[in-house]
Amino acid sequence: MAGPVVYRTRRSVLHMAALAAAASVIAPRLSKADAKAVEAEIKKLYDGKTIADGRVKLDVPQIAENGLVVPITVDVESPMTEQNYVKAVHVYADGNPLPGVFTFRFSPLSGRASASTRMRLAQTQNIVAVAEMSDGSLFTTKAEVKVTIGGCGG
Amino acid sequence: MATRPTPRVRVPGNIKAGDAVEVKTLISHEMESGQRRGQDGKPIPRKIINRFTATFNGKPVFEADWHAAISANPYQSFFFRPSENGELKMVWKDDDGSEYTATSRITVS
Repeated sequence: MAGPVVYRTRRSVLHMAALAAAASVIAPRLSKADAKAVEAEIKKLYDGKTIADGRVKLDVPQIAENGLVVPITVDVESPMTEQNYVKAVHVYADGNPLPGVFTFRFSPLSGRASASTRMRLAQTQNIVAVAEMSDGSLFTTKAEVKVTIGGCGG
Repeated sequence: MATRPTPRVRVPGNIKAGDAVEVKTLISHEMESGQRRGQDGKPIPRKIINRFTATFNGKPVFEADWHAAISANPYQSFFFRPSENGELKMVWKDDDGSEYTATSRITVS
C-alpha cells in the first residue's frame, strides 16, 4: 500500500477537535451593520462635507409589529424648480445585516421630493436619511423603529 | 420564480398642468435578500429588483436604487408634475438582467 501514513495520537485528535470548535465560533456568521457601518457608507459618498440637521423628514412607524414590511416615507422641503431641487435621498438602517436600504433620486419633474416604499428590518434600530440638494448642501435626520418580529428569516 | 413579475401602476385620473400628483406602483417579486439560508444550510443567492426608474417623454422623473432590505413585492410611490401630455414609462431592473416595464398615458387639463 502506497500513500502517506498519518499518525494520530490521542493528543493530536483532541487538538483538532478543539480547533474545529474554535473555528465554528469565529466562522462567518452573517455580519451585522452598526452605526459605524452607516457612517462609513455616508463617508464613501460625502467625505469631508458638512451635513446639517433638518429639511429632510422620515415618516416611519414608532413600533413595527412585522419587521418584514415596514412602511417608510421620505419628504424633503424644496421648491423643486430647475435651479433648486432635491437630487437624492439615501436611507440606511444600522441594525440590519447590510446598512443600505435605498437611494431615491428626484428631478424638477418630480414636483415634490416625497416618495414611499416598504423595507425589512431585522431588529429595533435607527433609520438614517441623508438628502443631497442640487446646490450640493446636505441634510440628515434619524428615526428609531422598534421591531417586534424581525424581518430577516428568523 | 414561478411567474413573471407583474407591475401594477396607479396614476390619478384628473391631472391639472403644473400639479404634482402621486403615482403608486407595486410589482410581484420575492426580493430574495441573499441573507437567508436554505434547508441545506447554504446561503440562498441574492435576487432582487435593484433599480426602479420613471421617465416622462424620455426625461427622468424619479429613480430608486433598492438594496436587499426592500420588502418582497416592492411598493414604490413618487410624485410627478407634468406640464404636457405624454407617456410615463416605468422600468424595474432585476439582478438577473431582466426588465419589467409599465407605461401610462398622461393627459393634462
